[in-house]
Amino acid sequence: MKDFLQDPDFISAAYIVAFSLFIIGLRRLTHPATARQGNKIAAAGMAVAVFATLCDPIIDDWPLIILGVVIGTAVGVPAARNVKMTAMPQMVALFNGVGGGAVALVAWAEFRHAGGDIPLEEMIPILFSAIIGSVSFWGSNIAFGKLQEILPGRPIMLPGQTFINAALLLVAIGCAVAIAAGEESEGLFIAILISAAILGNMVVLPIGGADMPVVISLLNAFTGLSAAAAGMALDNTALIVGGMLVGASGSILTNLMAKAMNRSIGNIVMGGFGGTVAAPAGAADEEGRTVTSTSADDVAIQLSYASQVVVVPGYGMAVAQAQHAVRELSQELEKRGVEVKFAIHPVAGRMPGHMNVLLAEADVPYEQLKEMDEINSEFSRTDVSLVIGANDVTNPAARTQADSPIYGMPILNVDESGAVIVLKRSMASGFAGIDNPLFYDPKTSMLFGDAKESITQVLGAVQEL
Amino acid sequence: MDLLTELTILILAAFVGFEVISKIPNTLHTPLMSATNAIHGIVVLGGLLVIGPATGTLDELILVIAIAFGTINVVGGFLVTDRMLEMFRKKPTPPKDDSE
Repeated sequence: MKDFLQDPDFISAAYIVAFSLFIIGLRRLTHPATARQGNKIAAAGMAVAVFATLCDPIIDDWPLIILGVVIGTAVGVPAARNVKMTAMPQMVALFNGVGGGAVALVAWAEFRHAGGDIPLEEMIPILFSAIIGSVSFWGSNIAFGKLQEILPGRPIMLPGQTFINAALLLVAIGCAVAIAAGEESEGLFIAILISAAILGNMVVLPIGGADMPVVISLLNAFTGLSAAAAGMALDNTALIVGGMLVGASGSILTNLMAKAMNRSIGNIVMGGFGGTVAAPAGAADEEGRTVTSTSADDVAIQLSYASQVVVVPGYGMAVAQAQHAVRELSQELEKRGVEVKFAIHPVAGRMPGHMNVLLAEADVPYEQLKEMDEINSEFSRTDVSLVIGANDVTNPAARTQADSPIYGMPILNVDESGAVIVLKRSMASGFAGIDNPLFYDPKTSMLFGDAKESITQVLGAVQEL
Repeated sequence: MDLLTELTILILAAFVGFEVISKIPNTLHTPLMSATNAIHGIVVLGGLLVIGPATGTLDELILVIAIAFGTINVVGGFLVTDRMLEMFRKKPTPPKDDSE
């Protein structure tokens, strides 16, 4: 039995099973009805791959392996179990980061172990995975910091940033070329890791919060590519296929997300999104435009006597955990014969699908969730649009102000509806740091306060009517 | 394995990756990203394979961290994805076509 399990052919065959399961799992993940099962299938594939690898006779450092796995499980399981739905995007960023870190560390260890005896066809993938893994680790950590609001969400930019980035990349590649050319210095390898680390920081810091989902997805694809490269260095088919599947599907996904915002990936990475806009955003308030604020009772009346209400949820709803209150309000309104629909912008929240997940959690029926293309034609027939903590995705500047950084991004045309009610904590600008003319529109009224409390008050007022 | 065989596998895997994700409802973007994120945790295998021949405290330290990182990526990634997808389960009538 032992001989059989340690047979390289058994291990290779098990890897074939493993990556077949990955592919089947991914396929199922693209349909809502089979998605959960797909995730489990992919996880089973991972279990097969790990089990087969542990059968390899090269594995003998059991105490250390168990130590690593125990630490990883002790950190990963509670983190995944306890994270709030609203903090999900940060969690994905963090998990992606440690994956990239693992790639870079494996590459480093393999370099130290094999020294200068590595043939070029293995050395190049090792160097590649060191650079990309390190960029991905640090970039993801910055993305986490920004989403968690440890770091300011606003773009942070140095003068000559592009030049510095290019120089850092050149340093990393230069060291890599020197090593590949036969200079077997570990110092150079560490220089690669460090310059790639700084590069990872520098690339993500200037990117505004609104673009963060796209960046996380891009870094996810990068980590996949670096894992595939590590697989080439280690002659491991499971790593090559698993990594490349992620690299390829991740880039498709990144592209889809970027498209939903009408921005190219290059545009986002070259960054500075929102950087120059912060100033006009502040100045705009001094032009004497006025904001109308309203009360829960007024909102209740407006909503109860409307024939169609469109709810536009955003990150504010997620932060306030208002989704259950929103569902109750929508049921209450429906009882009164009001048609309630939810308009879901593809990038509302901090990640595509963020709002769908939250509303599904609150049992909002699926048929009520409308995607942007479907709902945009309906705003002109809508009496009241209820914007709950959404900002940038409703900003009419995206249609009208050619100098706005979000110009051209498809938005939800709430300004076409009869009246707009915006629930917001304060007049602070959105995550992208851009001023929103919608708030100064005469037909817009603002209900300030925590979204959940406001909705609960409105609900109470509706019930009393 | 020779380089060309590996490149063949790599390129074919890339095409499979492109094809498998061709059409997805927006709703599933986040869970899908999270699941692919978990899959690249497969790099944990690299840690397992390299730690065997590794000698010296620094190498072992690097690899224990790598294995721990990889495990977090895999275990956390799949669990978080499952939690996200769990929410779609309770739907009264699962729609066949939710977004196109």
